[in-house]
This record gives sequence, structure tokens and C-alpha cells, in this order.
Amino acid sequence: MDETVAEYIRRTVLKIPRDEIKAMLQKWGFLSQAQLETVNFHQIKENISQDVVQLCEENSADIKQAAVLDIIYNHIYPNKRIWSVYQMNRRGEETEVFDLTDFKKKFKRRLQSALKNVTINFREYEDNAIWIRIAWGTPYTKPNQYKASYAVYHSQTPYVFISASVLKSNLPLLCQALVVAANYHDIREMELRSHSLNSLKDIVFKRYSQSFQSYYPRPLQERNVAPETEDLRIVQENRSEKERIQRLNWEAFGDGPQPKLEFAQYKLETMFKSDPKMDVLDKKEPFRCLVKFSSPHLLESLKSLAPAGTADAPLSPLLTCIPQKARNYFKIREKRGLLPGSFVSP
Amino acid sequence: HLTTSLPLPSERDHLRPRIDLIVFMIDIKSKYSLKNVEASLAHVDASFFLGKVCFLVTGVGRVNYCSVEMNAICKLGEVYCSPVLFCELELEGIRNATAQRLLRMLQICAGHIPGVSALSFGTLMRNSADE
Repeated sequence: MDETVAEYIRRTVLKIPRDEIKAMLQKWGFLSQAQLETVNFHQIKENISQDVVQLCEENSADIKQAAVLDIIYNHIYPNKRIWSVYQMNRRGEETEVFDLTDFKKKFKRRLQSALKNVTINFREYEDNAIWIRIAWGTPYTKPNQYKASYAVYHSQTPYVFISASVLKSNLPLLCQALVVAANYHDIREMELRSHSLNSLKDIVFKRYSQSFQSYYPRPLQERNVAPETEDLRIVQENRSEKERIQRLNWEAFGDGPQPKLEFAQYKLETMFKSDPKMDVLDKKEPFRCLVKFSSPHLLESLKSLAPAGTADAPLSPLLTCIPQKARNYFKIREKRGLLPGSFVSP
Repeated sequence: HLTTSLPLPSERDHLRPRIDLIVFMIDIKSKYSLKNVEASLAHVDASFFLGKVCFLVTGVGRVNYCSVEMNAICKLGEVYCSPVLFCELELEGIRNATAQRLLRMLQICAGHIPGVSALSFGTLMRNSADE
């Protein structure tokens, strides 16, 4: 077995939390159950990984099999990477029947004709998700297995979720191969990025609970606004204000859990508005400024701002539109026209 | 009675008992909180400031997140002649102790403790704070 393959397998096993190693190796299926029984999974990870490499040596593992283990690892722990969302477009209304073998063949052919040294692996999962792992090389060097890119293509949709590696130069090639293989016309990057792959899917497939503007205000009894065991000796003087905030929040965010995003970034190219007497920025040039919100769970924290009293309700639509618009990177320019203001560019 | 700002909504005036003590809570992590209290103070009748008002500063346990300056708070206490208490709501022990202090103050302000008036107690608290 190639030394580089052995090292790669060893390092992949080391990434896995100790309690999960056995299960993941079973999913991998490359080592037999009998072989797995010979490994002591209670020793330190260093030793476990050595034992596993030894067994792989017996079975003569090659890079393709090692890559499958890597895909399995990334499928279970996708949140260690940053994912971007891409949308493909077709010309016209032809709905093509999706053929998996055809897709894989076209994809491989396209990439390999442009770049000889690539390692390409596919793995299909439930919910029509095809995981593609690509390790990139150059005409003179072997593929770098440690900086692989991942693309998750849901075949019944025009969406692909890509976690590119540091080698951004290969991205156009990857996009081209996807478009050709999936029988689309072009592909564009959406302004939506996050560590949580599932949340990106929730946003793009509209799987989160959305709020709907209702013309009839919901009677208060319907909503289960959980009142903690109310002490009747405490009187809330501003109950109606609290309820107004709850209602506005519900209209903006809906009931259920929010998709998990870590950032929202707003690039401002608007004019600085100040007191004319202050004489600041007389040249009337756009004041370039970048506002970035970050949080372990951005949307939930925005949802909790008004009820916590830290912000006025309703929140700015620039913040609440994030899931509906399926973007968390915005460019805000001055609105041209009679009314001063700002508008969000597409 | 809990409220987020003054004045109190007038539609509940008839349901409200006599007010004996007003505690203004300032979250040391929020400048907004201090501004809100300053705005609400303007709506309080002057007679309350004879010992029936007190400031409670919360969140003092998290030194890293202080947004409000101590000077501003102490000044507030001086200007309105009212005592300033400090507490950390997230710690049960301090929370209970503070609640007991406030309850004691309330008893005095409501006139339940014979021989001690709200004004005399307020003066006592202020004098001991100055030392």
C-alpha cells in the first residue's frame, strides 16, 4: 500500500472522535467485521489509527477507498467546513430526466480532460443528495488529498452546495463540470454562506417554518406563548407592549427554529448623512463601510433581540429578510430618485 | 408591578394600589437601559424622591461587558438623592439577599416599621455610602 495513502487514512481516523470510530469504519465497509473486532477501540487514538492502517495494509487499500472514508467523515461532520450555495439555470423549460450514471460519466470526463491529476469520488445519500469529492493536482503533481473540495448536488433541484478548498482557482472548472454533467446552461453563486450545511438546505428548499403575513390578527389564545408559572402577585404593567413585540416578532420570524447562520454582512455604498453644518464629507462621495453581524446562531439571536429589550420592534427588514431572500451577504446602494433612501441590489 | 418605562399606562390607573417604592433597574451591560431610566425619571413626582426611590444596578458580575460608567450611576444617585444598590441577578445567593434588602426597604417605605420613616432610612443609607 502506498505510504501516502496509509498516512492519509491514519490522519482521517485521527479526526474522528474516539467513540465514533468503530461506527464510521463499519459504514465504510472496507474492513471486515472480523478485522474490526481485532481492534481495541478503547486505547488512545494514536494507537487505534495505527491498528486501522495495519488492517488497511492487509486489504491493500488505495486512494479511492481512502477518499470514501473522507466523504463519510465530512457527511457526518459537515459543519467543520464553510459551504456556499450555487444555483444552476436552464434555458427554457425542458425538464430533463436525471440519470446518475450519465451524470458521473460526464462530470469525470469533463474534469479529467481539463486536468489529468484529479481524484474524483461520488457517494449517493438519501434525499437525492450526491456527494462529490475532488482532490486537485496539477499537470506535474499528484492530487493534494488534504485540500479536497466537496460538492453536494441535489439532483431534483438546481442547487449545489460547494465547500471549496483553499485552491480557489479550481472553482470555475468545478462549476463547469457540474453544469455540463447536470445538463444545465450556467451556474451562479448565491450570496449565501454558512458552516451549517443543513441550515443552508433548509433556507434554499424553504424547509424552515416561515411566517406568513395574515390579514386577520391571530387571537391571543391560539398561540402557545408559554407563560412561566405566573405569580399572581406580579403585575405586568406593559403587557400590551410585550404582546405587540411578540406579535411583530412572530410575523418576522415565524414559530419554529431558525436556520443556523453565523454571519450577515452588509456592504454599504451609501452617502454619509450628517448635519450640513458639520461639513463632513463635503465631496458627497459614497461612504464605504462594511457592517458584519456574527453570532453562533445569528437568526435566533436576532429573534431574541426585541423580547429581551435590546432592540426596538419591528427589526429592520434588512435583518429579517435573510431567510426569505436566501442570502446573508448584501450590497446596499443609494436609491436613485426623488426620495432619499437605500435599496438592496440583487 | 413591573414595567419597562414610565409613565405607567393610564388605562390601569384604577386598578393600581398606592405605590410605596420605585426601584429603577439599570443593566450595566446596556447603555440603552440607563437612557431609559433617565427618561422615566422625568415622569416621577418629586415627593417620591424623599426615600421612596432606589436604583438597582444589575449585571455587575460580568466585568468584561460593562457599558455603563460607574461615575454616571453614582452621579444619578446623588442628583436624585436616592440610594444605589448593586447586584448580580444570575447568582442565586446575591439575588435572594438583594430581594430581602428591597423587601426591608419596602416595609419601611410603606410605613410598616414603627419609628423609621422612608426619609430617615434613605438618609441613613446615603450617609453610610459616603463613608
